[in-house]
Amino acid sequence: MRRLHSLPNYYGWHGAILAFLPAMLVLTLWVITHPILIERQLADFFPAEQFERDADRILLMADVRRVAEGIDSAVAAGALSAEDAIALNTDADNVRARLGEVGVALGADVTAEVLQASQRYRELASTGGLFRAIATIIVALGGLAYAIKITAADLRARNRVESVVLGVLMMASTIAVLTTIGIVISMLSETIRFSTMYPFADFLFGLTWSPTFQGVSQLGLLPLLWGTFYISIVAMLVAVPTGLFTAIYLAEYASPRVRSVVKPLIEVIAGIPTVVFGLFALVTVGPFLRDYIAEPSGLGTSGSSVMTAGIVIGILNVPFISSLADDIMNAVPQALRDGSYGLGATKSETIRQVILPAALPGIVGAILLAASRAIGETMIVTMGAGAAAKLDLNPFEAMTTITVKIVSQLTGDGEFNSPETLVAFALGMTLFVITLGLNIFALWVVRKYREQYE
Amino acid sequence: MTDATSANVPAQPETSAPASSLLLQTDRMKRRNAAESRFKAYGIVAICVSLSVLFIMLWTIFSDGVSAFRQATFSFDVTLDAARLDPNGNRQRDEMMRVTTIGYTGLLNDNLIVYLNARAISTEGVTEREIAAFISRDTPARLRHMVIEDPSLLGQTIRFEGFATGRIDGYLKGRVTRDSAERDTNISVAQLDLADRMVDDGLLSLKFNWGFLTNPDASDQRPEASGLGVAMIGSAYMMLLVAIMVLPLGVSASIYLEEFAPKNRWTDLIEVNISNLAAVPSIVYGILGLAIFINFAQFPQSSPLVGALVLTLMTLPTIIIATRAAIRAVPPSIRDAAMGVGASKMQVVFHHVLPLAAPGILTGTILGLASALGETAPLLLIGMVAFVANYPSGPLDGGVLDPATALPVQVYSWASRADPAFIERSAGAIIVLLAFLLIMNILAIVLRRRFERRW
Repeated sequence: MRRLHSLPNYYGWHGAILAFLPAMLVLTLWVITHPILIERQLADFFPAEQFERDADRILLMADVRRVAEGIDSAVAAGALSAEDAIALNTDADNVRARLGEVGVALGADVTAEVLQASQRYRELASTGGLFRAIATIIVALGGLAYAIKITAADLRARNRVESVVLGVLMMASTIAVLTTIGIVISMLSETIRFSTMYPFADFLFGLTWSPTFQGVSQLGLLPLLWGTFYISIVAMLVAVPTGLFTAIYLAEYASPRVRSVVKPLIEVIAGIPTVVFGLFALVTVGPFLRDYIAEPSGLGTSGSSVMTAGIVIGILNVPFISSLADDIMNAVPQALRDGSYGLGATKSETIRQVILPAALPGIVGAILLAASRAIGETMIVTMGAGAAAKLDLNPFEAMTTITVKIVSQLTGDGEFNSPETLVAFALGMTLFVITLGLNIFALWVVRKYREQYE
Repeated sequence: MTDATSANVPAQPETSAPASSLLLQTDRMKRRNAAESRFKAYGIVAICVSLSVLFIMLWTIFSDGVSAFRQATFSFDVTLDAARLDPNGNRQRDEMMRVTTIGYTGLLNDNLIVYLNARAISTEGVTEREIAAFISRDTPARLRHMVIEDPSLLGQTIRFEGFATGRIDGYLKGRVTRDSAERDTNISVAQLDLADRMVDDGLLSLKFNWGFLTNPDASDQRPEASGLGVAMIGSAYMMLLVAIMVLPLGVSASIYLEEFAPKNRWTDLIEVNISNLAAVPSIVYGILGLAIFINFAQFPQSSPLVGALVLTLMTLPTIIIATRAAIRAVPPSIRDAAMGVGASKMQVVFHHVLPLAAPGILTGTILGLASALGETAPLLLIGMVAFVANYPSGPLDGGVLDPATALPVQVYSWASRADPAFIERSAGAIIVLLAFLLIMNILAIVLRRRFERRW
């Protein structure tokens, strides 16, 4: 025991890793390459011209796979014996009808080629599965044997295990970067596809938004952008004063007891799902504004409006602004306050002339972050702002936002490869760029203008 | 400031009082004090505004939603006429299946009229057709299911409970009034009068409706039969998967960034990335999920697995931020002591830092899960808003690949339906959702209170 380089369990871990890792690697490679190999084998069954275009080949392969899986599940359900399944042919029996009986729905009748190909597919898949299992087990055993062979008292097992663990940790930390790359690539590629179908300048500067699924749509961004900003401005007009005064009161005036009750209550607002606010906007705020303000003053007759969504988003953002601003004001050193009081300033004068200027960069940062949240907010505007894309100044009119249109274009039944659907990705890209820009700007403001008190 | 500034204030005329006094307020001081109390009042008003909106919102949703848990239910004697429900008389399941719900509807209608006559409830002004319209379309289907499961009931007279239609339910709950019934083609005032008499008799009453928690969603015409069953299963699967994926990923990433990462460009990039991802709008993650998991990787639409993957990516930054804070809170002296007795860096982290940070990490994870549970927008894009009438299978039978919905999405899809009866159910679903969130938050607070150590 004393002569061992590492604690005994590290030798065990070392063996386990050597058995597991290469085997997993083989398995992954197999799973990725196997379909490609099968596809190449099946090419013989079909005329070459059907295999030339990517889209055709993918459809064909999907057909083959579906038929093969259908036969498999028919065998599993006992409707076909294994021999019957192999003997199936399109002349003697209608494959589609027979599979239909066991609940495997096929879109079209099965052609002879597809059936032959799918029989071959089943063969290849089952032998492939067998070989895959054998190969994986062999590699695992080989890894284990190698580990046992090199295991000796002076093997630096701990260092080896730890470097593998470190690699795993490092990979986990790159997920965040991969997510960003995934977001950018997925939206960028679809946006580029969109720009091949619809002139991009018309998208960016178009004044009309009227998608039709018959092909003559106008997909102008500006009405959506206007709705988004209008609603966000209303939201910020509600959230900034309310949030700031809440923070001021909590940070400077409230007694510890009041603070310990009010602060968690305000933060409850942040914990409530936005869909709840959406229903509140739809059922309560919208009709209230319509019946008591918009209709008597003749401004509009719609329950869903810029005001409805803006006010509710504003309330949602209050805890966000107030808790950030509260933290920032608490970070302003007591000495500044005392100095101001010593000169005879009242509390409110101290706050306005000393604390707020000192906390300003942080507060501006918080406001920018809140604005980016208001712009990206989806559920409240979907339920409370309406669906009509308009360039209008009346805050009691229904307007729509980028996020609403992303939802409506992607949840409809439209064909995926049409500009009407792909425009959602371009909208998403716009949203991503705007919010990212605001976030980066907010962080920059905070970093550049922050006062350092030490 | 009183003394110094008030020297400039013109002296008060003709009084023997001194030009300025600490005991007397000058005009200017009065103004300043007024400004002071105004400023303070703004703060109080701001707090009152946001808190009163919060309370109004919760109150309206509770008062709208509580009624979703109770449903107008008939309870009357039904004679299961064997000749009608099993024409061949051999109790064969296949042959009994041939009697469709239409056959059961007729049976129920006839039995209801018989029962009304037997109890001497006057049906004047209401046609038989209109009496038939009292019974929800869901009710015959339920009776049929009951009889097919248990053929021995045939020929007996049983006390059967079934839902009334949504309009009658609305009348009992005050949503439908006599005024609105006059304008409504689906219900007449005479029917409401009859409903009153049925309530007096005890035939019709509001009963607690477990179906609201267990039934799957129902079509637009049958709000009374819809429930949260599929949505709750979908949300549960997603939370399970998110917890399984996000905890190891988040903890590993945080450990690396907090304990091992060298200070270089790559690490900086990761840090900036994480803080920016935390502020990306949630709907962008929905687009990511649609493009990568559904279109590229060909995972099935509306499945909890895709939902969980999207929610994992979405909550990962928040979890990493919380976990790093928890790890940072473990004092360096612990690390130094462990290093001092010969532990390797990895052993220090896994044997000492991680156990000490565990309560903080768990609290952060639960709060992250709570925010994932309430997230709606990304799930809309990956198709979880679809109408799902079948329960997904068990988690080990590939249930995570079956179509399902989620609690917040169900709230949204009910809120966007035309019949106002669905608004009540939407608010009811919110109550269920908020109850789960409350439980998770309380759990997090309890964990923090019990296990958190202050160094």
